[in-house]
Amino acid sequence: MNPEARVAQQTLAPTAPRAHGMSDLAIRNLFIIPTIVFLIVFNIFPLIYSLGYSFTDFRASSNDPAHFVGLDNYRTLLSDPNIWSNFTITAKYVIISVTGQVIVGFGVAMLLNRNIPFKGLLTTLLLLPMMLSAAVVGLFWKLLYDPSFGIINYAFGLGTFEWLADPKMALYAIAIADIWMWSPFVMLLSLAGLSAVPKHLYEAAAIDRASGLYVFFRITLPLVAPILMIAVIFRTMEAFKTFDLAYILASQPTTEVISIRLYKMAFQEWQTGLSCAFAYIVLVMVLAITNIYVKYLNKVKER
Amino acid sequence: MHSKMAGLLAGAVMTLFGTSHAYSQELTIFWAEWDPANYLQELVNDYEAETGVKVTVETTPWADFQTKAFTEFNAKGSAYDLIVGDSQWLGAASEGGHYVDLTQFVKDNHVLDTMAPATVKFYSEYPGNSGKYWSIPAEGDAVGWSYRKDWFEDPTEMANFKAKYGYDLAVPKDWKALRDIAEFFYRPDQKRAGVAIYTDNSYDAMAMGFENALFSFGGELGDFGTYKVDGIVNSEKAIAALDAYRELYKFTPPGWAKSFFVEDNQAITENLAAMSMNYFAFFPALLNEASNPNAKNTGFFANPPGPGGDQFAALGGQGISIVSYSQNKDEAFKFLQWFIKDETQKKWAALGGYTCNKSVLESADFQNATPYNKAFYDTMFKVKDFWAVPEYAELLSQMNTRLYPLIVGGEGSSKDTLDALAADWKATFAKYGRGG
Repeated sequence: MNPEARVAQQTLAPTAPRAHGMSDLAIRNLFIIPTIVFLIVFNIFPLIYSLGYSFTDFRASSNDPAHFVGLDNYRTLLSDPNIWSNFTITAKYVIISVTGQVIVGFGVAMLLNRNIPFKGLLTTLLLLPMMLSAAVVGLFWKLLYDPSFGIINYAFGLGTFEWLADPKMALYAIAIADIWMWSPFVMLLSLAGLSAVPKHLYEAAAIDRASGLYVFFRITLPLVAPILMIAVIFRTMEAFKTFDLAYILASQPTTEVISIRLYKMAFQEWQTGLSCAFAYIVLVMVLAITNIYVKYLNKVKER
Repeated sequence: MHSKMAGLLAGAVMTLFGTSHAYSQELTIFWAEWDPANYLQELVNDYEAETGVKVTVETTPWADFQTKAFTEFNAKGSAYDLIVGDSQWLGAASEGGHYVDLTQFVKDNHVLDTMAPATVKFYSEYPGNSGKYWSIPAEGDAVGWSYRKDWFEDPTEMANFKAKYGYDLAVPKDWKALRDIAEFFYRPDQKRAGVAIYTDNSYDAMAMGFENALFSFGGELGDFGTYKVDGIVNSEKAIAALDAYRELYKFTPPGWAKSFFVEDNQAITENLAAMSMNYFAFFPALLNEASNPNAKNTGFFANPPGPGGDQFAALGGQGISIVSYSQNKDEAFKFLQWFIKDETQKKWAALGGYTCNKSVLESADFQNATPYNKAFYDTMFKVKDFWAVPEYAELLSQMNTRLYPLIVGGEGSSKDTLDALAADWKATFAKYGRGG
């Protein structure tokens, strides 16, 4: 077969009907239907089912049937000061953690966005923390924070300061571990954004003798902002849902973020109806925050 | 190719049918992952030899034990025929219909006569004093103490201690002596601490640790009959007990903010502390030179009395129950009949399990078998437990939330903490319609 004929056959092959095999439609269905079924069974159905439970007093540990209680669960949760305390802790954690990640991640990306030796190797090594599991990172940082032999106290001359036992410092300690783990993610996206900034803008700024700060705030930051916003959206959603790091590192009431409270309510106390309502409140909050970010992202893009 | 496939299929079929023919009946017991579960597996191998019924002890880490057990209950799953469940689960598991009522079995088999009374009361009966039983005492346990005999018997230490406190350095005769000894041995510059206590608040560790002080100081968690808590869990005695437990934390090794049985045994094996609180079930590891280089220098004592002379300890251990959703209930009953026999209980104790059988506990053989068996025997008649109501997990969670900042973080006062806890518990009981 000559090359033209082969190309023609390859081009035609996917759309041509098969004599012995599945049609394109069947193949498409084969790929799509299992995913849709999976999504319906494991995502959509539980989502709707748990919405129903959120209006009941159901306890999974008891054999009693669920009784409809209207909005009682939502009322109870929203008037509980402890739940608001959990939200405050989570908000504080999200702000510290995401701000830290953006500063560190973007800063490192700025440093890497120039011609330096072993740039590729350095970038790869810097990406390692985010490839580890959160459980491993948690255990690893627990050792680093150890008051007896942890390297952090040794390095900063803090003696036997107990990072994780101190009610005021424990949340910061968890946020520091999270910043270490996820700054590389922000760095990676920032690097992609920085490499896309047209070089001629910098050349023009250099000709105009623009200062470094002026170049950063008028050229670099505005052009990288959309991709940085995407990093912020992802990291905010993740930090809002954080569980493993906080659960492994400390068990202070001052570190009880909403996901830990939700876990305890649902799987230790078996307050199923109440925890479903709690989960919906969290879901609405995450959606609201994401919406605000997305709107801001669109505005940034339009500039 | 065809013949290979046929061979593989035939092999698979043979394996499946072969397995089911070898064991016409099987039982699965669910328990937490710890040494006694291994001893139980050894014990039940005898049952298999006698009856041909294969019994498997399936385990899961302690942190998941409650969640996994109740998830299976909630799904009405038949994966487990029997479960060795915590004493505080009795209310939730019996009222939820997850445990088979064993009242008739207990009466027919004279369990009340053969087992130590405290163990039947706390591991089997719910509600309290109702005469309804849901499990058979399986693994008796309570909190006791281990200590470094070589540190206590060092002539220089003894002389220095006497000079400082005015009495001899010995096994603490009360909680005041416990505190003094903890303070005496607390020497951070020498990487030595005075005491190791429970501080982990993810399940019941810290609550059980505090209970040792609370009960010995004459305090109570509340009135188990009326569910009254205000004025009881925040009584003067309870406040003094919390002050005492909080003070002990000052003499723990650095980083002792989330410690349970593993860390408390490490305190002895790794020369970290002079004394360590732990459940008796974890003491066998301290006698084993392979796991404890200080095995020869490790001693044991029961939880000491408080200022008023009361001497109690927090109950550990579990009873064995038949799961309502088991497909093998008849066989499970037969297994329990075998399990409560005196000779089985004797073997259970010999393997390292903590029997609750009265005659075995009282025998000289048992009491002299290890350096801590006598302390265990004494303790098992002086135990008290946490609430066993269905909402116990909420009560425990509230206790953890209130006590942890005070004990570990040093925030607030014992009175404010216990007042707040009393208010939490009162609201929880009101929510579930208890106590009028």
